[in-house]
Amino acid sequence: MTQEKIYIAITVMAVANFLTRVFPFLFFIKHEPPKFILFVEKSFPPIIMTILIFYTLSGVNFTEAPYGTKEIASIFFTAIVHCRFTNYLVSIFGGTIFYMFLVQFVN
Amino acid sequence: MDLHSREFKIAFKTSIPVMMGYTVLGFAFGLLLISSGKPWYIALLMSIVIYAGALQFLAVGFFSSKLGMIDIFIASIMVNIRQSFYGLSLLKKFKKTKFKPYLIFALTDETYALLTTIKEKENIKKKWYYFYLSLLNQSYWISGTLMGSIFGNSIHFNTKGLDFSLTALFVVLAIEQYKKDKNLTPFFIGAFASIVTFFVVSRENMLLFAILFSIVLMFLFKKRLEK
Repeated sequence: MTQEKIYIAITVMAVANFLTRVFPFLFFIKHEPPKFILFVEKSFPPIIMTILIFYTLSGVNFTEAPYGTKEIASIFFTAIVHCRFTNYLVSIFGGTIFYMFLVQFVN
Repeated sequence: MDLHSREFKIAFKTSIPVMMGYTVLGFAFGLLLISSGKPWYIALLMSIVIYAGALQFLAVGFFSSKLGMIDIFIASIMVNIRQSFYGLSLLKKFKKTKFKPYLIFALTDETYALLTTIKEKENIKKKWYYFYLSLLNQSYWISGTLMGSIFGNSIHFNTKGLDFSLTALFVVLAIEQYKKDKNLTPFFIGAFASIVTFFVVSRENMLLFAILFSIVLMFLFKKRLEK
């Protein structure tokens, strides 16, 4: 993207993000939200989190050695650390350092 | 002018866990953006006007992609759609205050979690407390971003693999989501939609198509999701 497009993209993201936050304040002051909106809002978060995990890995080449094993190992490492300590900070930093070690020092 | 320093102190105390998280994640974001070749003030600008962790990390990828503005708009909405659920439980709390626009703007996952889970002391000016809590949280995010983007500019170390922090963030959020409902169906839907679109469409379109496909699947498996 050009510098100019980046500024437009930032504006687009700022507006979209604010819309998601202001949405209920605009529409549901007086009446209850329709059922299908409640369904999407309630069921969507775990789905989007899963999609985002895959999306962030979409640049990984799974057909060539090491076949994405470093990414998969780091995901398991992050998950285990998180289940053990239930601390966002420890899990995210631990997982990232583990992955950085794998891609920088392990062949 | 009364600045309500007592409310500030209470808000500060409440915000300390977020301070640690946001400084570190903001730092990682600043560093990541800088290492993708963008100037530090872009990082700063984003943390001031967007102020949404996952979206800002994703934006680093958007900037080096061929995504159109409509794609970015829809992807941004979908990434953060969970936030529109938050406001539903804060309609009353945010009523009748001059801070309302800022409180809504600054409604991140963590601020929402604090506002709804920490019990407030009775004899304080609550609106000032909400305002300070929201403002402090954003200030941690901004200072983390600044440190990351300036540190990344001055010291050169191998940042290869740093972008995994985003994957790790989503892994952690997915686990937290699982703990709420103990239902695996949404994770299968997300994984299935992602894998199919990964093979069918180009990388630029993957996010949008995976989201649309998963919404179709959601309504097909409505019963299993609501279990």
